This record gives sequence, structure tokens and C-alpha cells, in this order.
Amino acid sequence: MSAPAFRVARSTRMHRYVLIVGVLIVVGLAAVPLWAQVSVTRTLVTFFTLLALAQMWNLLGGYAGLISVGQQAYIGLGAYGLWLIGDVLGLHPFIAVILAGGLAVLVALPVAPLIFRLRGGYFAIGTWVVAEVVRLIVANIQATGGGSGKTVLSAARLPIDTRITGTYLLALLVAVGSILLVYFLLRSRLGLALTAIRDNELAAQSSGVNVFRSKLYVYLISAFGCGVVGAVVAMNLLRIQPNAAFSINWTAYALFIVVIGGFGTIEGPIIGAVIYFALLQSLSQYGTTYMLLLGVIAVIMATKAPKGIWGFVAKRWNLHLFPVRRRLMLEAPPDDDADAAGPSGTVVPESA
Amino acid sequence: MSVLEIQDVDVFYGDFQALFKVSFTVEEGQTFACIGANGGGKSTLLRTVAGLQRPRSGTVLFQGKPVDQISAHDRVKLGIALVPEGRRVFPSLSVYENLQIGAYGGRKGDWSIESVMELFPLLKPLSKRQASSLSGGEQQALAIGRALMSNPTLLLLDEVSLGLAPVVIKRIYEAMVHLVGIGTTIVVVEQDVQHVLTVADHVACFLEGRISLEGKPSDLSSEAITAAYFGM
Amino acid sequence: MDWVNVAIQGILLGGLYALFATGLALVFGVMRMVNLAHGDLGILAAFVALFIVQSLGVGVLWASVITIVIMFLVGYLLQRGLLNFTLGADDTRPIVVTFGLSIIIQNGLIMWFSADSQGLDAGTIENISVKINDQLSIGWYPLLVFIASIAVIAGLQLFLGRTKLGRAFRATSDDREAAELMGINNRHIYGLAMAIALAIVALAGILLAVRTTFDPTQGAFRLIYAFEAVIMGGMGSMWGTLIGGIVLGVSQTIGSQAFGAGWGLLVGHLVFLTVLAVRPSGFFAKTVTA
Repeated sequence: MSAPAFRVARSTRMHRYVLIVGVLIVVGLAAVPLWAQVSVTRTLVTFFTLLALAQMWNLLGGYAGLISVGQQAYIGLGAYGLWLIGDVLGLHPFIAVILAGGLAVLVALPVAPLIFRLRGGYFAIGTWVVAEVVRLIVANIQATGGGSGKTVLSAARLPIDTRITGTYLLALLVAVGSILLVYFLLRSRLGLALTAIRDNELAAQSSGVNVFRSKLYVYLISAFGCGVVGAVVAMNLLRIQPNAAFSINWTAYALFIVVIGGFGTIEGPIIGAVIYFALLQSLSQYGTTYMLLLGVIAVIMATKAPKGIWGFVAKRWNLHLFPVRRRLMLEAPPDDDADAAGPSGTVVPESA
Repeated sequence: MSVLEIQDVDVFYGDFQALFKVSFTVEEGQTFACIGANGGGKSTLLRTVAGLQRPRSGTVLFQGKPVDQISAHDRVKLGIALVPEGRRVFPSLSVYENLQIGAYGGRKGDWSIESVMELFPLLKPLSKRQASSLSGGEQQALAIGRALMSNPTLLLLDEVSLGLAPVVIKRIYEAMVHLVGIGTTIVVVEQDVQHVLTVADHVACFLEGRISLEGKPSDLSSEAITAAYFGM
Repeated sequence: MDWVNVAIQGILLGGLYALFATGLALVFGVMRMVNLAHGDLGILAAFVALFIVQSLGVGVLWASVITIVIMFLVGYLLQRGLLNFTLGADDTRPIVVTFGLSIIIQNGLIMWFSADSQGLDAGTIENISVKINDQLSIGWYPLLVFIASIAVIAGLQLFLGRTKLGRAFRATSDDREAAELMGINNRHIYGLAMAIALAIVALAGILLAVRTTFDPTQGAFRLIYAFEAVIMGGMGSMWGTLIGGIVLGVSQTIGSQAFGAGWGLLVGHLVFLTVLAVRPSGFFAKTVTA
């Protein structure tokens, strides 16, 4: 018997089907405004923003091990950024949405080195302090409308069809973009560095991974994503107000979605967002009870099933929709499809 | 009745198996030496006896009774004390407090802070010092003293001579002889074979999770031990 | 003289912040866990005391004693029944679970008591003050709160430094596994640490409730102030936490006086961020072993 040949593989045949189905879903969703009522598109906008928010939170918490309870700082900054760039600077609100993410990054840049001095739970509270600082500043300044906030006039003055369809497509773009962003990020060198840091920070550091810089990039990217999400939310509501824009509830939603769906996976937040949204549609009139229930679910999931629903599915059927992991495969026989992994290639247990 | 009986013990770290169906018996008053190269499973064995590691199958009997369901902190109260690898003194506590903590379980016996200091006179002047400021040898003496404070019937010593100066090692081995003299049963893990064979009256050589050789030191030739040690 | 008055108010307020912070620091010190529900548990205690006063008709003092005992038990059971299972594997789990707890407590309180502001009436003590001179007088109650904070911190220091159990706390903090080998059941120690932390935060919550109005959403702010006091003081130092609390309190009251009511909290946060930037290990950093 000759020595088995190994190769490193990521894609499998299944991933092609996933790609095709994914594209079909996105195209289908993009066509929704052609036939659906405003109430439907509005609801879907909320769904898309939550999905994107959850992806951004998961990028920080699930991949970089940075649990933040302060991403509302960047949501709020994005919302106010839309007003600042659209109403004050006079740019087109659709462009302002993207630039609002940039505003969030500008704030995140000096914040990051400061709060990176804190670890674990103290890092989490540190992010919260930052969110409070931004909220208090915005709420105390007269120019931003103080505690009662502002109406985003530049967006409100758009023709209604343009605004609704545009907001919808932007939200869809943000959701799909957040998934693709995380996907390509994880396949990059940064993704490899993050995995190494997550497994053992000290070992990663001594292997030449720049831990600080890796975390900084992830933090900035997450701030950008949250900023854009905040701007889309403001676009959808047309009204910004500090207590709502900088509410801790944004973090609560993201955390529940990720914990329920699955920590540290791309699929998890997608599943989590669907479940969260189904619950929201059926229970939202109960407000407080609903939040209480989410808290209970999060506590139970985190203690009993810390890998979430997707973690269970992935383990049960060895299913990974997004080929972000590097797998060591036994070389398939020569006559087989070079790309095939399924039954012919034996997957060597990975250490992710 | 034997003090310690290990029966067919399998121990895993996750998927990695560290011990394979290990069995042996330690009689009262014996000094039982576990030797072997790194990764042989010696430390795992001591941790399993102390209760820090649970066997997946097999049984550990202490004084004839199975202790598998008993947690580490309760085994101390039965009379099992482990001096862990790397000494593990409490760095922020003083030497005196480290010894006080050793008696936390409240097991009755002859050991006291005074008698420990008599066994290791080097600790006497250090009483108020923070343990983190001690030298390696001083910390090792403290770790052994701390374990003695629990008045153990069975003392487990893991790599007590590792990284220490010869004069300190000599002192520790003298203390060991004294402990055996007062009836303490000792299981000692060592990589330094020559030294440990001077005090041991039974030796087991561990190789990749299995006992490759066992017997009285006087019955074993050094060639046999070398062969067992390196698996030749 | 106005400014002196404001500074003194700040110092006394800082005592209360330190009291909220003490339990947070203790739990972190013993088991390296940050309890994000810490502030909410303090507010929960205030509501428990309110409920006892209203339903049993006893005075605030007795209600406080009963509440502190209840919260001690809640702490032990919470730790042994839930939080102990989140420790170990990865450090994200306790953060998620305690954040979930925070949401549960907050919304549970809103369901039970509504979101309205409540008050706990302790009688005349709230309104009497000592007159230092014509311009300066110190309220008895804030002074009493400050003294209580110092007493609690001193008592805790004594407990940790001088008692057998306190030694076991420190040993467990140093090396959990080695402590286990000494016959110390770390699960029990963790339970006791949380019990003591919640008893202290219960006292803090009740003292806060008597001082001012409170509502279910206050817990988050209490957690943040407590955290700022801990970090500014330097982790591992209880007296440092007191100083951290005082710095925060003084920053807030002076900030309010200088820039207007809305800015006081912001000045407090900014002072904290400045300390974090300039002296990240705090005023009284001990070398944390572990």
C-alpha cells in the first residue's frame, strides 16, 4: 500500500448547489417589490437589517472572541450619519447610507485601542460605556435634536416609490453583503489568523500572527457593517432618536439571534434571524414577555447547546453550507471528479 | 489490605487515550515508583488517583473501596494527597497561609506547621514571605509540606525533583525516607531513574500509556529497565 | 464653597458606586467571571425590599435584612444551579448567559412592577443633615451610605485576609485545581462568592432606592458605574475600587455643576476613558496572578 496522498480542500460539489440556490433566493427576494405591498417590504427590511446586524456581531463575538454589548454605538452613529450626510451635507441618502458606515469606522478607530485594553466581560462592558458616551453626546447636543431626535428629511423627501424600493434593495444588499463579507473574510489570511487566535491567542502570537491588528480589522469591519445597518434602519423609519438608535436592545437582538442559530458560523445567524423573526411576528404584541422569553431562550441555549441550532445540524449531518474551512482530504482516485469530496474523499477530522 | 489498587483503568483527554487498561497494586508503607519517558501516562495516573481526571473505564480502589464517584476535594479528606507537577503553590498567599490551606480538609493526624518546618527547616525563615517570591526548591518543599498538612495516608509525588539543584533533590529524598519511616505510603513519579530507585521498593515503567515493566528494583537489571524505558 | 459642597456630594455618591462595584470585583477576583446582570440584581433587591415593605408592612430596615438574606441565598443557588456550568470551556459563555439574565430580570421587573419609577421611604433620616457652616451642610443619609460602604469593604478585606474561608477564596482565585487538591470544593466557594456579592449589591440597591427613585431599567447604569469604579481603582484592590468610585462620583457631580445636568454622566465616562488611556491598570493595580 502506498502512502495516502493528502490535499487541502475547501469547496465540495455540494457548495455549487448551495451557490445556485443562494443566487436564486437573492434574485427572488430582489423581485419582491415588484408585486408585494409596502407592509411586506417594510417587514423584510427589518429582517434584513437584523440578519446583517447578527452577522456583524457574530464576526466579532463568534470569530474574534470579542463579545460586544455596545454595537448600538455604531448602529446609532450610522442612523445619525444618514441624517448628517444626507440632510446636513446634502448628499443623496442612498449614498449617505454607505458613507454612514464610514462615519462609524472613524469613531471606531480611536475607540478600538482603548477598549482592547480590557478583556472578556470587562471588554463587553467597555463597549457599552462607549455606546453610552456617544448616546449622551448626541442626546445633549441641540444640533442633533437633543433627546427628541430628528426626522431624516433628505430621505423623507424622496419620491415614495423610489424610497421604498430603494430602501428595500439597500437592506437586501446589506444582508447579502454582510454574509459575503464574512465569507470572504474568513477565507482570507485574516480568517486564518482569527481561527488561530480563537484556538490559542498566545500560540498564534508566537507564530507571527499580529493579534492586535487582526482584532482591530474585525472591529472596524463590524463597526462599518453596524453603521450601514443603522443607516438603513433610519431610512426605513425616517425618524432618529437617541434612546432608540443607541438602545442596548440592538445588542440583545443580535446576541439572541446568534446564540439561537449558532456561534461562530455563517449559517447560524441566518437560521437564528429566521427563528427570531418568526417569534417576533407572533409574539411582538407582548413586548416585555417577548423579551423575557428571548432572555430565557438565550440562557438555556448558551448553557445546554452552546453551538446553537446550526451547531447541532452541522454535527449531525456534517453539513457546512459555506466552504470557509480548510479540510484535509485523502486524495480521491484519479478517475473521479477533481472537485469531488463527498463519498469518495475521506474527510480527515478537522480541528476547527 | 492494599492501600491503592488500580484495575484496568482507561483515561482519555478528549479523543486521545492516555492510559490503556493499567492495573497495579500499592501495599501499605510501600514506596512505589512510576518511571518512564515523557508522555508515558505517569502524571495522568497520579491525577486519576487524586480525582482530577476520571477514568472512562476501570476502577481505582483506595483502602479497598472504590473512589471513582468521589471528587478530588473529598479524596483529600480520605487521605489521598497529590503534590502536583510544577509545584503549584498559591502564589499570592504567604508560606504560612499555604501550609494553613493544606489543612483545609480538617483531616486529623500528627502533621502541623511546626513539624513541617522541622522536616524542611529552610521554610522556617520564609514563613511570612509570599509564595511567588520563593525559589524553585523552596516552592517544592512548600508544596510537599502543604500536602503533608492534610495528614495523608497515601502521598502522590509528581516530578518533585524536576529542575531543582542536586543539593535540594538530596534533601527532598531524605524527607521521603523519613516519611516512609513513619508509615506513609508513597507513589512517586520520576524521570530520573537512578535517584528514585534508591528509595523505591517497587517500580513500574510506563511506556505510551501502558506498564511495560514492573517489579522490585533488586530483581530488575538495568538493561531490562532501559529496554522498558525506551520501548526496545 | 459651592464647589466644595459639590465635591463632597460626589465623594459620598462614590461610596455608593463602590458598594455596587465590590461584588462585581469579588466575583471576578475569585472566578474570573464578569457578571453582566450584577446591576440588575441590585435593582431586583430594591424591588424585593419594596415588595416586602408593601406586603408584610414591616419597616425598611427589617425589609432590608430579609432582602439581603434572600439575595445571599439567590446568589448561592444561581451560581451552583446555573453559572458554574458556564465556567471553563470558553470565556464567552458566562458573558452571554449573564447578559441573558440581565434581560430576564429587567423585563421580569417591568412585567411585575411596571416600568414606573418607585421609591423606598426610610423616614426622616433622608432629610436631616449636619451643618458644617453657613454654606456647607452634609446630609446624614449620604454620609451613612458612605460609612456603610467603607464598613463593608473593610469587613470584606478582613474576611478575605484573616479567615479560613477567606483564605480558601484566595487560594481558589490563585489556582482552582491546586485548591481542589487541598480539599476545597471550588463549586461551593464560587457559590459563596456569588452569595456574598449579591448580599452586598442588595445592600447597595436598597441604599440607592432610599436615596432616589428607581425603575427596572436602572440596573444597566449601575453595572457600568460599578465597572468604571473597578477598572479605575485597579483590579484586585478593594480599596482601589472605593477610590475609583469616588473619582467617578466627583467627576459626575462636578461635571453636572460645570456644564449642566445632562453632562455630568458624560464627564464621568470621559474621566473613566481617560484613566483607561493613561493608566490602564488603574490607580492601585495589584499584579493579578493567574
